[in-house]
Amino acid sequence: MIEARNLSKTIGKKKVVHDLSFKAGLGKTTVLLGTSGSGKTTTLKMLNQLILPDEGEVFIDSIPNSSIPPHQLRRTIGYVLQETGLFPHLTVEENIGTVPKLLSWKADYIRKKTLELLEQLGLKEERFLKSYPYQLSGGQKQRVGIARALISSPPILLMDEPFGALDPINRNSIRQDLKNLPQFKKTCIVMVTHDIQEAYELGDQIILLDQGEVQQIGTKSDLIERPNNDFVRNFLKSQSLYLRFYIKPLSLYFHQFLEKKPEDTWVIGSLPDSESLEKALNLFSSDRKDEVLAIKSTNLETRFTSFKHLIQLFGENGL
Amino acid sequence: MNAFFSELFHFFSQNLYKIGDQLLVHIGITFISLFLSIFVALPLGVFLSKFPKLAPPILSFASILQTIPSIALLGLMIPILGIGLKPAVFVLFLYALLPILRNTYTGISQVDGSVKEAALAMGMTPFQVLWKVELPLAIPIIFAGIRIATVINVGVATLAAYIGAGGLGEFIFGGISLNNPYMMLGGAIPAALLAIFLDYLLSKAEFLNLSKSKNWFWGLILLAGLSGLYEVPRIGSGKILAGLTPEFYGRKDGYLGLKSIYQLKLNYVIISDAIMYKAIRDGDLDLISGYSTDGRIRAYHLMTLVDNRHIFPPYQAAPLISTQWIRHYPILKEIIQSLSGKINDSIMTELNFEVDFKKKDPNEVALEFLKRNHLFKKPLEEGSEKFIIGSKIFPEQYILSAIYASLIRGNTHLKVITKTGLGGTQVCFNALVHHEIDMYPEYTGTGLLVILKPSEKVLGQLNSDPQKVFQYVQDEFSNKFQLNWLQPIGFNNSYCLVMRKGEIDKENIHSIEDLARFIKSSALK
Repeated sequence: MIEARNLSKTIGKKKVVHDLSFKAGLGKTTVLLGTSGSGKTTTLKMLNQLILPDEGEVFIDSIPNSSIPPHQLRRTIGYVLQETGLFPHLTVEENIGTVPKLLSWKADYIRKKTLELLEQLGLKEERFLKSYPYQLSGGQKQRVGIARALISSPPILLMDEPFGALDPINRNSIRQDLKNLPQFKKTCIVMVTHDIQEAYELGDQIILLDQGEVQQIGTKSDLIERPNNDFVRNFLKSQSLYLRFYIKPLSLYFHQFLEKKPEDTWVIGSLPDSESLEKALNLFSSDRKDEVLAIKSTNLETRFTSFKHLIQLFGENGL
Repeated sequence: MNAFFSELFHFFSQNLYKIGDQLLVHIGITFISLFLSIFVALPLGVFLSKFPKLAPPILSFASILQTIPSIALLGLMIPILGIGLKPAVFVLFLYALLPILRNTYTGISQVDGSVKEAALAMGMTPFQVLWKVELPLAIPIIFAGIRIATVINVGVATLAAYIGAGGLGEFIFGGISLNNPYMMLGGAIPAALLAIFLDYLLSKAEFLNLSKSKNWFWGLILLAGLSGLYEVPRIGSGKILAGLTPEFYGRKDGYLGLKSIYQLKLNYVIISDAIMYKAIRDGDLDLISGYSTDGRIRAYHLMTLVDNRHIFPPYQAAPLISTQWIRHYPILKEIIQSLSGKINDSIMTELNFEVDFKKKDPNEVALEFLKRNHLFKKPLEEGSEKFIIGSKIFPEQYILSAIYASLIRGNTHLKVITKTGLGGTQVCFNALVHHEIDMYPEYTGTGLLVILKPSEKVLGQLNSDPQKVFQYVQDEFSNKFQLNWLQPIGFNNSYCLVMRKGEIDKENIHSIEDLARFIKSSALK
């Protein structure tokens, strides 16, 4: 678990971060959200001492960062950059093996873990191992970057705009692959983004920053339903309707779904009721009445709903 | 054209061993200095990339070093480092510094910031970032710098021959001073090929995996090995180190004659005549090929060896003038010949000493001489007719042309102009033939061997007899070029071998025969 206490940083004459405190827990994703110049990247880099805070301290499992040599600290913290930062002179395999080598792992074990991770990230062909970064597409590079950050199963993963340079299709598919990684649920993730949707897609906790000051720290619904101030309200305004789909779990409507699949319809997929309304709505290819979705509750009961029905229920239940 | 190539081929086949030796020395000098440059510039470049504020002043300083003409830099080093390997290596080291330094600095600075950040964030120490990421990524650029430095060094190393460090420049300078294109190419072609070959080799080496420290190790071993080639031609050579001028080295009445007539085998370096006297005085050399009337022989306590088998032909100094003038202005002959018999060897040495050593103005020395000998007359009023006196580019000639100018001004109404410092024999001679000058002081031996180049048979008949040689050149020049040799001035400035007085006395070496015997016996020990 990471705890940041009263971090401040001035670069030149500008206060980039001012008196920032937060906690990020294991298995949770904390998103640092804000426009450029808000201090979110500086905050992230203070967590692994790439930037040293002027004031304040970062604790990892209650141990202050300043008590550990920086290079040793960083070996336990995964790091993913927007530009990937892959080493151009090393192959994919050597890139991914960087941290394990620093930790003196055995070669066999490094290779086994590398193959395993690449497969989970959709790069299972062996030819990738011997490829150099310039031979990969943007999406493939970022997958390798993620694999390099995660191979040593660090308890903490820091990501600086990891999908910023990717096209929407790649961005989405990498997000899904990342979410599906077994490690994802066991790692404390802190991610920087300026993309509100991405924050809602991946974040459990969102820290909204402006000009180095915290505007609000809270859950997705906190920000949209109980904004601290006008800045938060305005920041989310343009997408507020869509963002509400993220904060409504399907379980909210479960008792109103159909118990039996209507005739002349076909099931396009199934979701647990813990998923959000946004996820469900996105599965439909159109509003045709013959498409239905199967929803499973926690006690394994299955019910059915259609696009039109979901929208109707959302409307009836209010924002 | 065919004749040209067969001559060239002949030269190469005759001098194969010598070229091989020069090549080894050349490679040696190049790589010793390269090795030192890499040793200094690589760490310094890394240091600058970490403290970029220091980079502009230090890089500018290295650029300024680069702009100093190499020959001047070599000259500047002689008072500090003497002659031979040390100053040559030091100058080449300075030249190689900039490309390696600049490319190391640029190479490391241009590594993408995100890559460096990633390396740090992975938990590498700053040293690991440098060693595993920055250096490997900078290698192609650093190597390009080393390549440039190598090619520059191969080129500049030819100048090393000027200061007695050897290498392929020996034949290049020899060829230039003897006007022998085959000898010049004998040095220039191997030098060019060496540069091309090394450039090619290094272009391949860039792709070697230098991110592995093992490969660096082998690279350094290779460099050290190449540097060591410098010593190869020196193995087993004697105690006496001779310095020969490029011209002397290639002439029949020079080293070639010493080898065939005296069986003299010297351990020698090729060196410019401007610095060899100082080098022998300072003990960098033990023997040089000098000129018998040079003022520094006296000044530096040196002595000439007796040429008892007469391989150095007489070099009597005499005015050389176009025949036209003698006919047109008969009195001129008498005025000019009034100097005959007034200057013997020791007087000339004395006069040269005033200029060489005491740094007096040649005009002043000439004036004092004329006054001492009651030859000085106040200049008469100048008319419009011009008379141009030339001279070669050394003090003795400056003094002589100043004496003649003053004599003619004092006795005629001619408008006398002096054109001093006209380079070597060929320049002066051609200027005279084409009436760009009207007279200059020349030496009978030079006229014989450089201009007329008679057959072996004729040379045998002349048998180095001063009188016969003078008669021969006078007749030939008059017939062939319409030029007149006037009466010799009275001194003889021939080639000679010069040693320090102390050693001559100690080892009892007085003649070239003694020297040949001494070298043979010391080689047996």
